[in-house]
Amino acid sequence: MDSYDAPELTPRQDASSRLKDFFVGATPLQKRLESVRKQTSFIPTPPRRKIPQGSQLQEDVDPQKFAFLLHKQWTLYSLTPLYKFSYTNFKEYSKLLNAFIAAEKQKGLAVEVGDDFNIEVVFSTLMGVKGTQRDPEAFLVQILSKSQLPSEHKEGKVLWTGWFCCVFGDSLLETVSEDFTCLPLFLVNGAETNTAIIGTWFQKTFDCYFRPLAINAFNLSWMAAMWTACKMDHYMATTEFLWSVPCSPHSLDISYAIHPEDAKALWDSVHKTPGEVTQEEVDLFMDCLYSHFHRHFKIHLSATRLVRVSTSVASAHTDGKIKILCPKYLIGVLAYLTELAVFQIE
Amino acid sequence: MSALRPLDKLPGLNTATILLVGTEDALLQQLADSMLKADCTSELKVHLARSLPLPCSVNRPRIDLIVFVVNLHSKLSLQSVEESLCHLDAAFFLGKVAFLATGAGRDSHCSIHRNTVVKLAHTYRSPLLFCDLEIEDFRAAMAQRLVRLLQICAGHVPGVSALNLLSLMRGSENPSLEDL
Repeated sequence: MDSYDAPELTPRQDASSRLKDFFVGATPLQKRLESVRKQTSFIPTPPRRKIPQGSQLQEDVDPQKFAFLLHKQWTLYSLTPLYKFSYTNFKEYSKLLNAFIAAEKQKGLAVEVGDDFNIEVVFSTLMGVKGTQRDPEAFLVQILSKSQLPSEHKEGKVLWTGWFCCVFGDSLLETVSEDFTCLPLFLVNGAETNTAIIGTWFQKTFDCYFRPLAINAFNLSWMAAMWTACKMDHYMATTEFLWSVPCSPHSLDISYAIHPEDAKALWDSVHKTPGEVTQEEVDLFMDCLYSHFHRHFKIHLSATRLVRVSTSVASAHTDGKIKILCPKYLIGVLAYLTELAVFQIE
Repeated sequence: MSALRPLDKLPGLNTATILLVGTEDALLQQLADSMLKADCTSELKVHLARSLPLPCSVNRPRIDLIVFVVNLHSKLSLQSVEESLCHLDAAFFLGKVAFLATGAGRDSHCSIHRNTVVKLAHTYRSPLLFCDLEIEDFRAAMAQRLVRLLQICAGHVPGVSALNLLSLMRGSENPSLEDL
């Protein structure tokens, strides 16, 4: 093959070595511009990722504060950088958002049964949910219902929660200018109507854009491998997978549950490099599960679509729903989700 | 059950034969139908197979082009293609093999990363085509393209051979692929 290439080797090699020099000193933005100009897409899949290490939260933060983040189902969205967002203007933002919600509800766009307009929007910072010092602080928006009797507990019931965070978002942080705040991951728990209203307000005020973050089967299998690799003292839930078989008219679902210690033992036999997960190890781990299933049931799971992965660390669904169960690995899970969100934005 | 060889049979008069290999029967059938509808001066023969090696008992004409169809939604199709590649004579890879990846449009359903297929095509030095075979217009356009490729590989186009075509198609590839 190489001898056939000889006549065209010289001009191509010059071009490619010039390109290599260009790439060495280029920032990610320049690289992206170059790939757009050449009309190729620069989506490398990282061949290896770090296994999330436990307790990466900053030491001075009380982990009890994050208890409300666990054991709740969050819907994921990716968010483009916010323009001229300031952490000091939270009171102003609360007022504006309150007024906006009241206006929308009076327009009759979001009519709920038993709605009495006694709601309050609260913005607050979530200290400690970040990967490096460069990451912007996470913040939280909550809709609380104001209680009728002010003498009783001041805080009403939480109707809707949404929080914005960025964990190890270096690749995005490098490319944006000073006026922008990068918080690419948005997690929501609550009524869809409220999500729509608040999303509209953010989009109008900060010139950003929300998109639902779907997790495809490839990323779900990475999550399964990474979360099985995490060291746990005590397993709270069985490791469970759910596959959807495409067949008309109704799709079948296949659910496969493994004892978490068996899953960890399987992972340990596959795992080679300490501290890192490679693509080959993920593929081997999933292939072991597939071949075991095939031996017993003669069904090729590799021809179906992985839809849900559930471990003691967290559980994820392909529609972009996540539930985090273990506080120790919260940052690790968020880091992977931030990476997916950044890929979607770019 | 021996390896397929490109030149072990005499060519038929004005016939060009293509072999489509893949696990997705419905998609291959639809692609075959689209190809036969395309107008072409040569007589077209389309053979379908789930995997190689092909059974020896069937009397078949010389195969001019083999297209391996990988469905990005199914890991099984990739595994089946990888296993089939071992049963091909090396001479086939001089322009008579192409890879076709389908299903890239619906990213939420993908279980194989695009780069895996790109690396596979690069390892075997063969062109990689992307097409969503489920959408009719794209399928018709891809069928047209495959018919033209097939005519060149069968030697029906004067002045261009399969090997020429291979180098022409590789010239437009991204040079940074060598880093993969």
